Amino acid sequence: MPTLIKLAGGAFAQVEDDFVHVTDEDDAPNVDAVILSLARFQAEGEALLAAGRKVGVRLESDQAVEDLSYDLPRLSVVAVAFPKFRDGRAFTSATLLRERFGYRGEVRAVGDVFREQAGFMVRCGFDAFEPSDGSTADEWGKAAKRFRHVYQRAADGRAPAFEERA
Amino acid sequence: MYLYDALDKEFLADRSAEFRGQVARRLAGELSEDQFKPLRLMNGLYLQLHAYMLRVAIPYGSLNVVQARRLADIARRYDKGYGHFTTRQNIQFNWIKLADAPDILDQLAEVDLHAIQTSGNCIRNVTADPYAGATAEEVDDPRVWSEVIRQWSTLHPEFSFLPRKFKIAITAAPRDRTAARVHDIGLVARRDRDGTLGFEVIVGGGQGRTPYVGPTIKEHLPAGRLLSYLQAVLRVYNRYGRRDNIYKARIKILVAALGAEEFARQVEEEWGKIDAARADLPDTELARIRGAFATTPFETLPATSAIFEANKAADPAFARFVRNNVKPHKKSGYAIVEVSLKAIGHTPGDATADQLEVAADLAERYSLNDLRVTHAQNLVLPHVKLDDLPVVHAALQKAGLATANIDLASDIIACPGLDYCALANARAIPVAQHIAQKFADADHAEKVGELKIKISGCINACGHHHVAHIGVLGVDKKGEEFYQLSLGGSGAEDASIAQILGPALPADKVAEAVDTLVDKYLSVREGDERFLDTFRRVGMAPFKEAVYADAH
Repeated sequence: MPTLIKLAGGAFAQVEDDFVHVTDEDDAPNVDAVILSLARFQAEGEALLAAGRKVGVRLESDQAVEDLSYDLPRLSVVAVAFPKFRDGRAFTSATLLRERFGYRGEVRAVGDVFREQAGFMVRCGFDAFEPSDGSTADEWGKAAKRFRHVYQRAADGRAPAFEERA
Repeated sequence: MYLYDALDKEFLADRSAEFRGQVARRLAGELSEDQFKPLRLMNGLYLQLHAYMLRVAIPYGSLNVVQARRLADIARRYDKGYGHFTTRQNIQFNWIKLADAPDILDQLAEVDLHAIQTSGNCIRNVTADPYAGATAEEVDDPRVWSEVIRQWSTLHPEFSFLPRKFKIAITAAPRDRTAARVHDIGLVARRDRDGTLGFEVIVGGGQGRTPYVGPTIKEHLPAGRLLSYLQAVLRVYNRYGRRDNIYKARIKILVAALGAEEFARQVEEEWGKIDAARADLPDTELARIRGAFATTPFETLPATSAIFEANKAADPAFARFVRNNVKPHKKSGYAIVEVSLKAIGHTPGDATADQLEVAADLAERYSLNDLRVTHAQNLVLPHVKLDDLPVVHAALQKAGLATANIDLASDIIACPGLDYCALANARAIPVAQHIAQKFADADHAEKVGELKIKISGCINACGHHHVAHIGVLGVDKKGEEFYQLSLGGSGAEDASIAQILGPALPADKVAEAVDTLVDKYLSVREGDERFLDTFRRVGMAPFKEAVYADAH
């Protein structure tokens, strides 16, 4: 099971993952919290939510966040996938989830998730991470907090340079 | 000019520390070359044929004297005593040891220089008119907007892993010295009838395998809305640009596939959803940045200079230099001086450490501490008094920097080619040297007039051959270097893509063929037509006939 690091109150900590990633081929496991593909969510999400389960959706990099917009208030997690670290669409997906759709639940980075992108991810609104590079919570936090200043407004609400100067 | 404050400096220090840690992990074997590659590329460190190459950003091609001296120092201490200026106004050091790279970045950071976004699939270091703040042509100072974009794009959280690299050029003059129309985004500042500043936004130009002159997707973007509009363009590109094929991943391919109109519609739709109050730069910050460029301490001078006129009359070499390398300044009594890095027989764009120091000294004494880099791989002293031109010229002559060939046939743009680059099919530098030799006679070169020759060692087109009046492209034919010539391109305000002349030629025939093309031009030109104008009037046939006549 991959490590899960969560950001809460400005601190990064390794936590137990309550959610089980369920692929489209898996039988539905008898657990309280699942993360499903968008297709499986559209087929089975209603029933699972009605049964009191916590449900998350895994959004692939070629899937539009707009397709989730009506369901967002009911979702505990949106797991945004990095098929390769170079595929930067997830940064836009996370930004839109936070800034355009006002999503307050967990936005989790899954897939090819490595430390050098921690700062970018946090700025775009990710608050949970499944590192694929073996990073510890401590290493992840250090990388994410590397820069004392930032130059643009982003989903994390940090004051950019021009506000610090004002 | 803009000076980094404590905040900008702390940012660079953090960046340098991050890279030092990454190099340490690589040298200790904790990172494989595969894992390290994207990290070093994010800091401008490439692995070339013979060594690492470090590309240092020169934001909008503007250097102060301390920075220029530091570059000279680095060339001497860590390279073989020279650096290479690029078509994106940056400088490359070609002989770097990996273990030295963190120290070099520290030393750059001390003088507010860095290698951020000189590589990788991010918004690259923005380029601008090298005559900014000096030419009377401009409707605003493009450095203001370049600095706005520099800050906004620096480690942009959403746009640092785009489908492919992303290049922005800005000019505020009708004469385009930035090749704005062959950039991912070209911004041309204009004032409308009531004086309101705006940008013509050109998106999806480019070179490489599929050259395009970019279409204009917005005629007059209000200047204050620049950042939100850029955000919209970049977001549409980041979401929908192709990622399945590196050769089809630039924004030009998306714009061409959708059509400029549909692409513009998608951008407008996204732009409409962006909260302008959050995305656009506050007026106070814009005013702070603008203020930094408004303090050039010009003196009030007469429009003419007796010393200048006397030297021009007495010294033919100086007069030639003035004709070709000295351009009008917006302030009376001043001139813009181009310093050619295209001495006949030398590598285009290379400057030795000694030459960099001479340029820095001259900038300090005679050009208000300001030195620029042009996209044509030359330097500019932007603010020289007419009175000082003779002494500046003499100092440049002594340093081998007074070649009077700006925009003439020997002012050749060339990529590093197979002498350095792992991607190249053929050498570019020796071809440039052979062609330049044909125009070593300065009278002949002046008679030929403006002629932009550009050479790329492979289809990636770093030498801009697609937008050359005469373009030269190196190709590999069964292990032998061949060169394909093309005619009629332009990267300027009259941008066009060059057309292929005919079958590729062996290396030893290229300079001869260029000579033949020029002879043909001289025999058919009318009035003061440039080579490009003549080509556009008479077409390809006479030139093709001239070069390939022997083969008939």
